[in-house]
Parts: sequence; C-alpha cells; structure tokens
Amino acid sequence: MSDLDTIQRAPAGSPGSELAQTGAPAGRGNPARWRAAIIWSMALFIWQCLFFLIPLGLLVAMTFWSVRNFRLSPDLTLRNWNHLFGESYFYVAYARTLTYSALASAIASALAFPCSYVLAYKVHTSTRRLVIFLLITPFFTSYLVRAYSWQIILADQGLINSLLSSLGIWRVPLLNTPVATIIGYLTLFFPLVILLQLVGLSGVDKDLIDAAHNLGAAPLRTTIEVVVPSAKVGLVLGATFAFIFAFGDFVSPAQLGGGKAPTLSILIIDTVKSASNWPMASAIALVMIVTLMVVMFSALSVAYGSRGRAGNG
Amino acid sequence: MVLAGGLEMGERLTTLIQRVYVLFCLAFIFCPIVTLIVFSFNVDRFPSLPWKGFSLAWYQALFEDPTIIDAFQNTLTVGICVALVSTFLGFTAAYFDFRWDFAWKRAYLAIVILPPTIPFLILGLALLLFLSRIGLGSSLTGVFVSHVVICTPFALAIIRMRLAEMDKGLEEAAWNLGASEWRSVLVVILPFVLPALVAAALITMAVSFDEFMIAWFVSGLDQTLPVKILLLLQGQVSPRINAIGTIVFAVSFTLVAIAQIILLLTRRDNA
Repeated sequence: MSDLDTIQRAPAGSPGSELAQTGAPAGRGNPARWRAAIIWSMALFIWQCLFFLIPLGLLVAMTFWSVRNFRLSPDLTLRNWNHLFGESYFYVAYARTLTYSALASAIASALAFPCSYVLAYKVHTSTRRLVIFLLITPFFTSYLVRAYSWQIILADQGLINSLLSSLGIWRVPLLNTPVATIIGYLTLFFPLVILLQLVGLSGVDKDLIDAAHNLGAAPLRTTIEVVVPSAKVGLVLGATFAFIFAFGDFVSPAQLGGGKAPTLSILIIDTVKSASNWPMASAIALVMIVTLMVVMFSALSVAYGSRGRAGNG
Repeated sequence: MVLAGGLEMGERLTTLIQRVYVLFCLAFIFCPIVTLIVFSFNVDRFPSLPWKGFSLAWYQALFEDPTIIDAFQNTLTVGICVALVSTFLGFTAAYFDFRWDFAWKRAYLAIVILPPTIPFLILGLALLLFLSRIGLGSSLTGVFVSHVVICTPFALAIIRMRLAEMDKGLEEAAWNLGASEWRSVLVVILPFVLPALVAAALITMAVSFDEFMIAWFVSGLDQTLPVKILLLLQGQVSPRINAIGTIVFAVSFTLVAIAQIILLLTRRDNA
C-alpha cells in the first residue's frame, strides 16, 4: 500500500509544472484520502445494495406474504412454505434439477479435462492463446440463440436425423429428451469449464510433473496423483460454475428438454405466468439460492483445502 | 532403431489425438453457431437437409418488421448506457481495490461481484418485484438498472487485471510532484487503464446485448431483441429467428473479439 504519510510531507512540485498547479497541499492529507476512499468504494456498493441486495431481501420477505383475491399483501405467514413443502411435484422437480445439474457438471468436467490438459502442456503459447480467444468469444455470445440452434440440429426432422435417415438408419428421438437438455447446458458453460481448468493447470508447478516423471511414474499416474490434486482449485471451480449455471438455467430444460419434465426454473416461470403467485415463485427461488450457497461454500472449502494450497502456493 | 521409430510413431499419434480432441471440443462449441448462420440463408421454411438454396428473404422479412427494428433499437440503447455506467462503476471499485485495504474488503468485493453467480431467472424475479414498487417495473430504465448490476463485475475484473500490471510508484510520483487525489487518477491511472476501459465497455455491452432472462421479467412492452427472440421461440417455427440470431451473433462476436484483441495487445507480461 502506498505510504501517504511520507508523501504528505513531500515538497509540492516545482512551480510551473503542470502537476503542481492543481496540487493543493491540503488535498493530499489524510481526510482527503479518506474522502477519496469512501467515494471510490461507495458508488458501486450503493448501486449493488439498491438493485441487488434490497431486491433479494424483498424476495425473501415475499415468501411470507399472502395473496388474497389475486392481490399481494404483506404478511408473516408460513402458508407458502407449508404449501410448497407439501407438494410432491416440488420434491420431484428439486431432485430432477439436482440430478441434471450434477450430471451436466460431471460430464462437462470430464470432457473438458483432456482438452484443458492438452492446452496447458502440449501446445505452443500462440496456439493456446488462439484457442482461449475462441473459447471466450462464444461464451459471451447469445446462449439463447445457440440453444435454439441445437433445436435445428436435434429435431426429429433436424440435421442429425435427416443425416441418419439418408444413411438408412432409424431416426432417434433427441429433442425433448434429457440428452438434449444436457447438450444445452454444455453449450452454456463448456468453454468456461475448459478455461477455469486451464487456469488451474497453469498454476501447477511443472517441476513437480517432471519430478514424478523422472521418478518413473507412468503418465496416467502422474496425471492422477500429481496434476489433479495440484490443479484442484481450477477443477473444482469449473465443476461448481457448471453446476450453478445448469441449476438456474431455464432455456435448456424448456426449449431443448421440452419442458414436460419441469426443473425448478421452469416451475418458477410457470408459477409466475399461469398463477401470478409471486410468493410461491419467491419461495422456490429462495430454495434455489440456499442450495447454490451450500454448494458454493462446500466447493470453496474443498478447493482451498490444505492440499489445494500446497499445489498452488 | 525399430524401437525408437515405434516410439516416435506413438508420440506422433498421441499428439495427433490430442489435437483432434481439442478441435472436437471447439467443433462442439461452434457447431450451433455455424448451423444457425448457414440456415439463415436457406430458402426453405424448415431448417432441414438437404439445403434448398441461397436466399436473403428472411433478412428482408426482418427489416420489414417494425417490432423487430424497435426491439433492436431498445437493445442498442440499453446496451450503450449499460456499457458506459458499468465501466465507470467497475473502474471506481477496481481502483478502490487497487489502492486501499481494510478488514472488510473481501466482504465488500463479494457483495459487489456476486450478482452474476445468482441465476438470472431469480435476479429477474427479485428485480421485477422491487422495481415495480419504485415505479421502474416494465420499463427500459428497469432493464438498464438491472443490467448494470450483472455487467459491472465483468468490468471490475477486466479493469482490476489491468491495474495489477501497473507500477504503484507511478501514482506516488504524481503525488510527490503535487498532484491531488483526483488529478493523479486523471493523468496517471486513466491513461494506463484506457485499453481495459474500452474492453470492459465492449464486454459489458455484449453481456447486456444478449441478456434475455432479466429483461424478460423487467422490460414489459418495451421488449429488447433477446426478449423478442425468446417470445418468437415459444411461438411458431420461423426462419426469421435464424436471421435475427445471425445478426445477434455478428454483433456480440464483434464486440467480444475487439475487446479481447485490445486486452491481448496491451498486456504487459504476454504470458
């Protein structure tokens, strides 16, 4: 950190220099420094309190409100929660969302690892940079449209099936199946998982790998016993973000999965659209947030556990 | 000799398999993008093989639809405002993080950075509940306000990474020469982070340009383009979606690509 006390006593700049002209000595004292710190920090903080924390707080409060004659009224009732936890379809949707997300996260991590491994150790810097460029760009490019495009590819009359039938093979139903949902999820976060794993692998000490190799460890064993533990942070973060994104996604289960097997996100949209039951939608949303927080904290404690630090520090 | 040759062959094969696998991953990522672009130029109403012939009809249909033109303008307006405000707010927080340290800084950063990790569906719901109570529900202003919440963390991260490459002595030198708090930011910090500011503006604009979930909740009748697409998707199959999608791809691709090139060219360590 800059030591402003010494600077304060420093002579003002030589007269006539552009910097010195504005340099009012009082402006560099501690009060000014504090004022500056508050101004710099508060702008975004106030914005995020107003339009992030307060809305989330309202969402939490809303779960205790009641709806009478289609009108919301502030209340302190547990009716919404009792109702939600009394419905079997909620548990089914919750289990389904968890399963889909965990599956998508595992598949993405497994498919991404060989790719990020090759990118980290086996290609030239210029190739790596190009591929990173090619991974970042689509990540920021309309997921909604990309998911729709999978509809074209996977539909019963779509690309894959028309290709199969022209080869004389039976059509396979792909769209409106869990397979399509998972493909949609992968579209959303596959590049991100590769990138996070790559960051983790770049932090692995290469001497460690060479040492294992020199000691006669087979490549696969080196990977499993040296690389994976050292790159743990990147691997866990990749899997966690995949899980988070899949858990909250609405497009893939609705557009690609067909929406007939509702996940929690579909449940929220249905509750809002057909019933305008805001308290109930808020309750489902809160369950999702709590679940994600539990997942995130346990993932972070796994990632930054003692072994992970040894590899990256 | 034979053994060495065999080993070399094996190594080459391994390298080949590795390359092919990376290409396979990229192909999976780019497959939907390419498919959509190709079929946006297809004469046939239904996107299926075989390809029926080249046509610009679907693009023409877009430009004749005033609701789509409106939606595009809405998206652009929101995107530009979001880019400017997010970049500004992101800079303030990044500079704060760069210069000051205090006991609660991790908590502070967690709060301001957290929004993108909350599902946008939930943020959209919460923001609609809140904004409709302060008179900003069902409006483009509401979309703007919400998008700043989710875009600023990206700007913050990009600008902070640039600041990390800066020599802290530079600013101290400016103070020694008599520059005030604000003057040193203006003449020392801002010129240094300028490329990151531009990149952050482009990225945040791309994020806003593509965001459909929060916008769906908050926008009301002033739909943005992604919301329009979402509604079109729930209706009949129309090749117009392919054409809109291609335009959306082109815009966000350009924004993100330019941002990345700027960041790559100005990076100091080039590692």
